[in-house]
Amino acid sequence: MDVGTFLVQCLNAVQYGLLLFLVASGLTLIFGIMGVINLAHGSFYMLGAYMAFALSPLFGDQFLVMLVAGVVLAALFGYVLEWAFFSYLYQRDHLQQVLMTYGLILVFEALRSMLVGNDVHGVKAPPWLEGSFALGELMRYPWYRLFASAACIVLALGLYFVVNRTRLGMMIRAGASNRDMVRGLGIDIRRLYRIVFAAGVALAALAGMIAAPMSSVYPGMGGSVLIICFVVVVIGGVGSITGALVASLLVGFVDTFGKVFFAELSGMGIYVLMAAVLIWRPEGLMGRKT
Amino acid sequence: MKNISATMRHWLPLACALALAALGPWMSPYLADFVVKVMILSIFALSLELLVGMTGLVSLGHAAFYGIGAYATVLGAGRDGGSIAWLLPLAMGSAAAYALVVGALSLRTRGVYFIMVTLAFAQMAFFVFHDTPFGGGSDGIYMYVRPTLGAIDMESRWVQFYGVLGALVGTYGLLALIRRSRLGAALAGIRVNEQRMRAAGFAVYGYKLAAFVIAGALAGLAGFLVASRDGVVNPELMAWHNSGEVLLMIILGGLGHLRGAVIGAVAFTLLKEVLSTHALVGPLADQWQLTLGLAIIAFVALLPKGLIGVAARLSPAANGAAPKLDAVPAPNAKVTP
Repeated sequence: MDVGTFLVQCLNAVQYGLLLFLVASGLTLIFGIMGVINLAHGSFYMLGAYMAFALSPLFGDQFLVMLVAGVVLAALFGYVLEWAFFSYLYQRDHLQQVLMTYGLILVFEALRSMLVGNDVHGVKAPPWLEGSFALGELMRYPWYRLFASAACIVLALGLYFVVNRTRLGMMIRAGASNRDMVRGLGIDIRRLYRIVFAAGVALAALAGMIAAPMSSVYPGMGGSVLIICFVVVVIGGVGSITGALVASLLVGFVDTFGKVFFAELSGMGIYVLMAAVLIWRPEGLMGRKT
Repeated sequence: MKNISATMRHWLPLACALALAALGPWMSPYLADFVVKVMILSIFALSLELLVGMTGLVSLGHAAFYGIGAYATVLGAGRDGGSIAWLLPLAMGSAAAYALVVGALSLRTRGVYFIMVTLAFAQMAFFVFHDTPFGGGSDGIYMYVRPTLGAIDMESRWVQFYGVLGALVGTYGLLALIRRSRLGAALAGIRVNEQRMRAAGFAVYGYKLAAFVIAGALAGLAGFLVASRDGVVNPELMAWHNSGEVLLMIILGGLGHLRGAVIGAVAFTLLKEVLSTHALVGPLADQWQLTLGLAIIAFVALLPKGLIGVAARLSPAANGAAPKLDAVPAPNAKVTP
């Protein structure tokens, strides 16, 4: 493997890992704070991808404006969904949460099929991000993928700032470490839940929108992302955003280089990684011991 | 009165099986085939009931063991077919072996972690069969000759019917025995209060692993039967939707009761069939995913105790005799660490 190929694969790994991080951070926060296991989280990623497909003709060159509009729509959707559905799940046990969110996946998939059909679609990257640049002697790397990584890094930094430096973030961290205490201290936990849920949906949808021009938009795309995000959350530790970041990047590297070295068994790599983490630290890399 | 109903409850499953056996010859081929399908799903659901209902372990990856049992049967039979005498142990053994590995790892976690880890390991099995040519890739493989044992040939519709019925009765009986055994009492204790069981000196991890492996082996049995019936396997058998559906069956029937798993398997299959039949629901049949999803949400929200819970609520007389799901098992002198 020459240097150029190696660099390209590294960039791919980082880009994939960061994208996973956007989806997994919402999942881990929703679980860490509300205690809800949400199988439908992958559907929000799919929602984002289909939003990119539906909105891109409307916005044309204004890709960034489209992203912002999509995020606002997704957050609103999340806010309403929390009010109408998820707020009823908090008191139920995990088994019921699993089954009800599983039912929700079927509903989302059916709505998707009714609204946009079952075809595979492509989304074009904005013109100002088309093309690629040279990397090494032979390899080229598309500008759009670099943009995707940069966007994810900006978002990750933003998330870090919000969680670690703001009042809201303080409440979120407190909620993740001790829900009942937060409630006891007089913080409006229902509002906090709604905000966190809306943010989780928005992040997953944003990841879907960013991913849309790189991968096609297709039915059932939420399911595979969901399971990989579960792996990320298990490796990183439930409720830990830093853990989710480290785990996402690890999974990104293992998956990308697994495809290079062991093409046929590449699907297994991340699960072997998960098994190793379970043997070494069952509570996840950054999880708290229970 | 109470005694009669208790006795009935005891023998009713066997009476149902006998009635089904007697009705078999009068069934149309379509109906018999449908009954075989539901019976196989019932075995699959019963195997999960051992984990979820009896031990309190919510596994979302149970389809892996089902699929591995099915693949082991077809791969073992090869081109020349094989004997049930070694294909069945092979199917159940392979499923149990994978369950041992997955259980050993995933039982290091609990609660929501356990759900995610079991799902992930099932997905790993799915990818192994989906991405490698070893099991025919995403198309799956055909079984050229169905398993036989002397004059018994799984090719025959009647052998399938009575063989599957026998397997269902056997599985039900085995689980009923486990429930009454020391293992069952220990599992019930773990479900209700794991901490207390550990404090009482039980090797909790070992008991849970034993339950996980037995459940895996029984799911492998269901896989063996489904492969023998269909004569073809593909990775879809292990798809996580199957794990979700079998979990739905046991909660739809009523968690904590063996008959709940069977009732749930029947009810869920019927529900799916009804929702996708044009003659019954009209144009809505094309949107069966939507109606099924909404039905699932409504069922779980409104009837968390399943159909058995509804029956119990309708007949208060039976209520007192019904074993309480949440009841703490009485301190049992027979249970020793």
